[in-house]
Amino acid sequence: MEPTGQNFITTNRKKETPNKLSNLVNMKRNIILAIFICLTPFFIHAQIAIKAETIYTVSGSPIRNGVVLVSKGKIDQVGLASEISIPSGYKVYETKVLTPGFVDARTLVGMSGSLNIPTDQDQLEKSGPIQPDLRAIDAYNPEEALVKVVRDYGVTTIHTGHGIGALVSGQTMIAKTKPGTVETVTLQPLCMLAMTIGPSVSGNFSSPGTRAKQMAMLRTELIKAQAYIKKQADKDTSKRPAEDLKMDILAKLLKGEIKALVTANKANDMMNAIRLSKEFNFKLVIDGAAEAYRIIDDIKAAKAEIILHATMARNDGDLLNMNRESAAILTAAGIRVSIESGYESYVPKTRVILFEAAQSTAYGFSFTDALKSITLNPAILLGIENRVGSIDKGKDADLVMFDGDPFEYVTKVCTVIIDGEVVSDTCK
Amino acid sequence: MLKHALLLTAFCCAGIVKGQDKPLVLKGALVYPVSGAPIPNAVLIVHKGKIERLGPAGTPIPADAITMDVTGKVIMPGLVDTHSHLAGPDGADASGALSPDTRAMDAVNPTSDGFKKALAGGITTINIMPGSGYLMSGQTVYVKMREGKKIEDLLLVNEKGVYGGMKMANGTNSMRTIAGFPGTRAKSAAMVRELFVKAQEYKAKIDKAGKDSSKLPERDLRMEALVEVLTGKRMVHFHTHKSNDILTALRLSKEFGFRVVLHHVSEGWKVADEIARAGAPCSIISIDAPGGKMEAVNLSLTTGAVLSKAGALVGFHTDDGITDSRLFIRSAALMVRGGMTREKALEGLTIAGAKMLDLSNRVGSLDKGKDADFLILSGDPFSVYTHVEQTWVEGIKRWDIAIPADKAFLTGGYDVYGADRSEFHHHESEEGNAE
Repeated sequence: MEPTGQNFITTNRKKETPNKLSNLVNMKRNIILAIFICLTPFFIHAQIAIKAETIYTVSGSPIRNGVVLVSKGKIDQVGLASEISIPSGYKVYETKVLTPGFVDARTLVGMSGSLNIPTDQDQLEKSGPIQPDLRAIDAYNPEEALVKVVRDYGVTTIHTGHGIGALVSGQTMIAKTKPGTVETVTLQPLCMLAMTIGPSVSGNFSSPGTRAKQMAMLRTELIKAQAYIKKQADKDTSKRPAEDLKMDILAKLLKGEIKALVTANKANDMMNAIRLSKEFNFKLVIDGAAEAYRIIDDIKAAKAEIILHATMARNDGDLLNMNRESAAILTAAGIRVSIESGYESYVPKTRVILFEAAQSTAYGFSFTDALKSITLNPAILLGIENRVGSIDKGKDADLVMFDGDPFEYVTKVCTVIIDGEVVSDTCK
Repeated sequence: MLKHALLLTAFCCAGIVKGQDKPLVLKGALVYPVSGAPIPNAVLIVHKGKIERLGPAGTPIPADAITMDVTGKVIMPGLVDTHSHLAGPDGADASGALSPDTRAMDAVNPTSDGFKKALAGGITTINIMPGSGYLMSGQTVYVKMREGKKIEDLLLVNEKGVYGGMKMANGTNSMRTIAGFPGTRAKSAAMVRELFVKAQEYKAKIDKAGKDSSKLPERDLRMEALVEVLTGKRMVHFHTHKSNDILTALRLSKEFGFRVVLHHVSEGWKVADEIARAGAPCSIISIDAPGGKMEAVNLSLTTGAVLSKAGALVGFHTDDGITDSRLFIRSAALMVRGGMTREKALEGLTIAGAKMLDLSNRVGSLDKGKDADFLILSGDPFSVYTHVEQTWVEGIKRWDIAIPADKAFLTGGYDVYGADRSEFHHHESEEGNAE
């Protein structure tokens, strides 16, 4: 494009006096050329055909020798190469393996930065243990280095936001990992309310210092929210309460508009979360869930959803009793499992769900279930399965190309597509 | 069926291996001796804790040997972890930035659960390091994963006659804002140089005394350890990440003539030629994502490829608990993903590490006369689907996936691991002041 521009200027100068008309024509031609060159990448990105030796659609059986057509950011066609003709003008990619973009059920990427210095750590506000009014969108940084790191490994959608370590640390959001501003990458600005029950809270605040106090404080706040909802419904509008940002969000939780995302790992802490959800009748997602394998019946009875800690998480502290076979055990018991990257306070600053799901296959989890745990299962959990999580017609064109078995250590992710645009094309 | 067969062999061998009186023959596996080309359908003969012979199918088998059929399996040497914090070596002592007199061997718990993690991951030799966070956090200890109640049972004396190195660090790792600690890189180097100058003087006195013991200087534990460093007996294991810090470590090594293994070497890819020219071995770590601290933001899985192509000796470490000992082979596999050759990566897990600890006469490859430390794997070492099935140390089976109590240390579960927090090496606090 630059040479064209330079040419345009010199041509312009030379012909200024002698031939104004030809100058104008030239200018027009050059402008059209420039526009065409500018737009070319978008035309290419808008229409893509991917030929794959194996397509793991996740929603159905794998397709051998298949084709996926992408148009206008969506998946247009999926099927056998022998049955789909690739229209002319499509940019064609060939790959060994194609999977849906991965969906991280719970991460702090974009909130907890890679430098690990105070100015890039926005996941935990320590001014108070209960802060439901903190919005993730006001902190999320789509340009944070780790967003690119996980994107290059095929993670295209993340459920990120406020962290662990406060009774209520704030809100979570869903974003695509594509480059952009928070406005352009956000899929859902408010997804869940991030909470923690367990000893990690007491390390961050002077109170609560015990489990019983944690529960008492949460119950007190939720009872206030119940009263707030009641007052809001008062027929006498003068008696309605003034808007309270904290109460607004807790009210959403109690009305079932959002889910509680409670980080709890020990069985007793998970049971506390379940007891709380029963008392206040809110939708419960338990995150971490290291000892879930000990209370399977209770989890099922409470209809609590599970986001399981990273397979390679450190068996430390609350996770001392973690079992790397948990994903397999819970799935066999009929619990839908999503494997998360979770939160890391040090090195590595984030985990990568591709690696965590891969590792779970070494501990009894099937390939199919492992792939589901980082695609369709989290999409369902997050309520975005109409958009992402499988390779189906009409879904967002979030796709990952591999040069072999996606879970093998030595296989590389070579191309990542989000909303029909190539966002990464270096093999990693 | 296969499981049953394994159980059976495990049962059959249980009595034999203790005695070690009869040779044990492992037949039919694909064996990676590391010192040579892989041998399919191999015959590996082990006797009295040593490798007696390794050859192709048809290699004569001693008449009194016990034979174990390992057809379809893969055998490789026991892994050498050149940098771990398993079994509670403690951080360094906060009383000072330079503690050459402190020994990890006085802190390590020889019956630690952590060693079960190592065995489940196929690690048989470990360099347990004190630290991190100090310029010189003390003497490291080389151990073998033998069964033992006291640290002496585990010690590995190397070719130089010592059983440990000296742990050093630079960059932001060793800076503090408290008295007695450096606050800058230049001060860090100055403090180290000052100490080594003293050690040179101490060594000169010893040299001068010659055979006349009455002329020897007064005993000084700090100086004695450093004299071992100056004479090349004791290797320096140097934590260093950024390229400028790596070059500082090399500069100090050149000035005082000490032997050095560079550890972590996150930005080694930037100065690979300089490292190779200096002849400094590199013990590197695979981390799933960069960052977590300033000096690790440029971590890359290409480091192994770049350094080995430049000609540097490349080994690996777990830095347990930064990475988990049970996933040590994975560290090398990720470097293969980053472009390292499989051969170099296998060497990195074994013989390269052995060389860095001056133990290549005993461990790191399956050569006649070496310790019978080996792994039986279910398949290709660099596949995620492969398991370490058995870990053998000096001819004794120390871990077996077919035994539920052993397998539990691989998977974890309720009450498998003790709640001893000292097992876990926390770096979180160490960076706080500097960054």
